Amino acid sequence: MDKIRASILTPSRSSKLERRGKWLSLLCLGSICIVVIAIFGFITYRGLATFTTDHVSLSKFLTGTDWNPSVSKSGAPLVGALPMIAGSFLITILATALAIPFAIGTALMMTDVTPKTGTRILQPVLELLVGIPSVVYGFVGLTVVVPAMRNIFGGSGFGILSGTFVLFVMVLPTITSMTVDALTSVPKSFRYASLALGATRWQTIYKVVLRSATPGILTAIVFGMARAFGEALAVQMVVGNATLMPYSLVAPASTLTSVLTTGIGNTVMGTAQNDALWSLALILLIMSLTFNLAIHLIANRGSLKR
Amino acid sequence: MNAKKIDKFATGILYTIAGIVVLILIMLLGFIILRGVPQLSWSFLTSPSNAFSAGGGIGIQLFNSLYLLILTMLISLPIALGASIYLNEYAKPGMITNTVRTMIEILSSLPSVVVGLFGFLLFVVQFKLSFSIVSGALALTVFNLPLLTRSIEEALKAISNDQRNGGLALGISKWETVTKIILPAAVPSIVSGLILSAGRVFGEAAALIYTAGQSAPALNFGNWNPFDIDSPLNPMRPAETLAVHIWKINSEGIMPDAAAVSAGSAAVLIIVVLLFNLSARWLGRTLYRHLTAS
Repeated sequence: MDKIRASILTPSRSSKLERRGKWLSLLCLGSICIVVIAIFGFITYRGLATFTTDHVSLSKFLTGTDWNPSVSKSGAPLVGALPMIAGSFLITILATALAIPFAIGTALMMTDVTPKTGTRILQPVLELLVGIPSVVYGFVGLTVVVPAMRNIFGGSGFGILSGTFVLFVMVLPTITSMTVDALTSVPKSFRYASLALGATRWQTIYKVVLRSATPGILTAIVFGMARAFGEALAVQMVVGNATLMPYSLVAPASTLTSVLTTGIGNTVMGTAQNDALWSLALILLIMSLTFNLAIHLIANRGSLKR
Repeated sequence: MNAKKIDKFATGILYTIAGIVVLILIMLLGFIILRGVPQLSWSFLTSPSNAFSAGGGIGIQLFNSLYLLILTMLISLPIALGASIYLNEYAKPGMITNTVRTMIEILSSLPSVVVGLFGFLLFVVQFKLSFSIVSGALALTVFNLPLLTRSIEEALKAISNDQRNGGLALGISKWETVTKIILPAAVPSIVSGLILSAGRVFGEAAALIYTAGQSAPALNFGNWNPFDIDSPLNPMRPAETLAVHIWKINSEGIMPDAAAVSAGSAAVLIIVVLLFNLSARWLGRTLYRHLTAS
């Protein structure tokens, strides 16, 4: 009797396994969440040191144009991050703006104009472009784009414009493949209805397909911008790395990521120079969050309409 | 009549745009292959690099890249597998699940340089692992986890619910259903996802500069004791990978034949990534045919 009682009351091997498996997989998921929280915690903690221990005011940090962390002026190091912030935004906006028409055009080829051959040729092209590592883009930029800029505009060839061209090729596949997803999610019946009303293919594309895919295309663009903003090495190799306000598109400039990649190794942990770099990393983190938020907002707006 | 002309014109523009995109890729690949392939030779692929004189190879960097890739995959695959099993099989829809999903999304969209800096703070400085293969592999794991988790989750999601109900109807527990029925059925797409992420990890450099370091000390390829300092397997040695090597020799500019070496390295990187992409597709298809009745 006791044996039966025991076997009923104690969990079976299989249910123990079930519980253990569930906990194990939860642990894995939990560890990813802990990593995310740790990233935010560590970088925020380090990034705020500029303002708490080095007594730099936030407005001076965001609007100052002199970046010279080893020099102190009136009790606080000279850390005006505006040149890098401006460089990052300029390069991101230019590269994305350049990529948008190409991305939408390529996506339309794949969905509406020549779906069969378009997809057969362009799909592998996009996959190859995504697969190329960013340092290779940087290397090609350094050996092709920079000399070309030098020949056309004079100067060193390094600068925002070179970075724009390199980033343009890098964000193009991202934006294109997401735009393709947005365009294919427009129901076929919309297209048939428009064509049946006598509209040409272009009228259908322009007035029906693109309009109803707008939220998806916007998401694609923001994704591309997020990629461009966070790209480090390819940009660093061609932008020239001068922490000056970008007064010209073909003069050496710098971005948040380029200063970070070159600077972290040359400064000592805990010094004002180092703290200032972590503050730049914090800006990068906040911008990444902002892009994410924008994507969520666009997605919510888009889904409400339907 | 006018609308038709505009239609023709617009179509022409679309063709031009697509043509330019294809042209960009052809020029890009053509440039890398034409510049890089002539540099490739057995001695280039196997000999160590020379910092100050011409004629160095990329042997150590190539080995480091592969070793780091394998370590990263060994760490990240079980975690991603567990996380995606929980997300797809156990998690109930609701606030918490949504938050977790958003967190994974945020992690996947973080710039890789931020991941590298975090790895530097936590693994190199806090855990005192210094610039080492372990630090690099952990940083790459952080970089790889969200993508791998998502691709495995997609693979699990694609398995029809009939299989789950079938398992439960036979009286086996959910965990056993997942590990014995669902996972084997999802293996082809999991393998494809794994190889595709391997391609990304192989070419990643920004996350490694401050974790795996930028130096490649000489290795003794006859010594396979992982605790010796010159052993290739020692996980505590600094390890410059191929991608970091390209970046470093180009931004330092000491090496006299930096252009040639980076062209060769770029070609190797591209060829390996291409091989990964092709084999992901091929292996996925082959496994699918072998493991399923179709």
